[in-house]
Amino acid sequence: MNVLVPSALRSYTCASQVQADGGTLHALFTDLDRRYPGLRFRVVDEQQQLRPNMRVFVNGRGVRDLGHALAPDDFVAIVLALSGG
Amino acid sequence: MTSSPTRLVLMVATRKGAWLLHGDPRREAWEVDGPHFLGHNISHLRLDPRDGRTLLAAAKTGHLGPTVFRSIDLGQTWIEARQPPAFAPPTNGLPARTVDHTFWLTPGHASERDTWYAGTSPQGLFRSEDGGASWVPLPAVNDNAQLREWMGTVQDGTPDGPKLHSIVVDPRDPAHLLIGMSGGGVHESRDAGRSWTTLVEGMQVVEGFDASTLTYHDPHCVRICPSRPDRLYQQNHCGIYRLDRPGHTWQRIGRHMPAEVGDIGFPMVVHPHDADTAWVFPMDGTDVWPRTSPGGRPAAYGTRDGGLSWQRLDQGLPQQQAWWTVKRQAMTVDALASPALYLGTTSGELWIGHDGGARWAPIARHLPEIQAVEVAAVV
Repeated sequence: MNVLVPSALRSYTCASQVQADGGTLHALFTDLDRRYPGLRFRVVDEQQQLRPNMRVFVNGRGVRDLGHALAPDDFVAIVLALSGG
Repeated sequence: MTSSPTRLVLMVATRKGAWLLHGDPRREAWEVDGPHFLGHNISHLRLDPRDGRTLLAAAKTGHLGPTVFRSIDLGQTWIEARQPPAFAPPTNGLPARTVDHTFWLTPGHASERDTWYAGTSPQGLFRSEDGGASWVPLPAVNDNAQLREWMGTVQDGTPDGPKLHSIVVDPRDPAHLLIGMSGGGVHESRDAGRSWTTLVEGMQVVEGFDASTLTYHDPHCVRICPSRPDRLYQQNHCGIYRLDRPGHTWQRIGRHMPAEVGDIGFPMVVHPHDADTAWVFPMDGTDVWPRTSPGGRPAAYGTRDGGLSWQRLDQGLPQQQAWWTVKRQAMTVDALASPALYLGTTSGELWIGHDGGARWAPIARHLPEIQAVEVAAVV
């Protein structure tokens, strides 16, 4: 499936959109980390939670449950909330 | 470090990236290398003294999770840690925790090549045995129910998060470690971190609180004297202290500071060759804790007699209307025969204090807020 990557993570992917696989968001991030080592921990913490201020949209719908099931043709967007100074 | 290095390197960690400044042995000309990691919040940048070219940088980037970057060529190239510091799943019924950022980096003992320690916010202690590529949590700190109680919650900590800092490795014994926790006190291990005892006797806490409750202890910076490792100095939320082992009671040597300046601050710097000499950089810790230079007149204070007396060292520094201060990791000393001090300010200025702080001169201005300054001699 296509995954939209925010600019802050493009040092890992070198592209704004990449291909990755997974039956759930958890599996998708595992596959992304296999392809782009280090990416997953910057988005998902050690207690397996999406980090604060990180957002994931599946086909345009916001999802926080990383157990959320995915279909092969889903479009997943990883987005950082813009805040801070 | 040697007494006649080819050159010095300053490692400057800021809220918006890191800089290296390469200086000549006379400490007069500095070549700026940076920014590295522009936009990343760098808490600490340290050189491995065992090889003179490996650098570790503790980084956090906006909302991304924390990580550690490693260079083996003095900052020409960087690679990310394969397994950055991260807490284990919860045990002992304790709440789960996540590392917000790695705050402190300490190279391991000279005999333990590739060993490093890291302190995090919230308070956690981690060790790497592969030069910083992978890190494992030390459960005797991170999952100890008593220490966890003393750490308090995130709401109890310093404004940018409670911290484990001041990781000290005894140069005589790799198994002898010290840590400071803000809050949570000072703790000592004699078995490489497998067990810990408290080391807070004599340390004061804020008026009205119980000093026997370690939650209230807030050591800001603890240093060991390389020339006499039985001597420790500490800048605390409640004063400046010295401890000479095997004694176990801290003495409040800050009582000899001028009353109008007080003995509150963050950095603590010890002389590389003379255990009677140390420096602090006081800040305004009155009423609402402005955390500025007292009276807008920044100055280091130095002692040459173990804290019995202190001398003001402000020649070259602004004499008025300068409201910056210096964070706990942002003041250091080189190890040359006549050491110079270095400090980075919250307003992004980098200063050198020649002759042990007797003459201050600016090295760089207009950097982001400086969080840590380290110096090393490299060949």
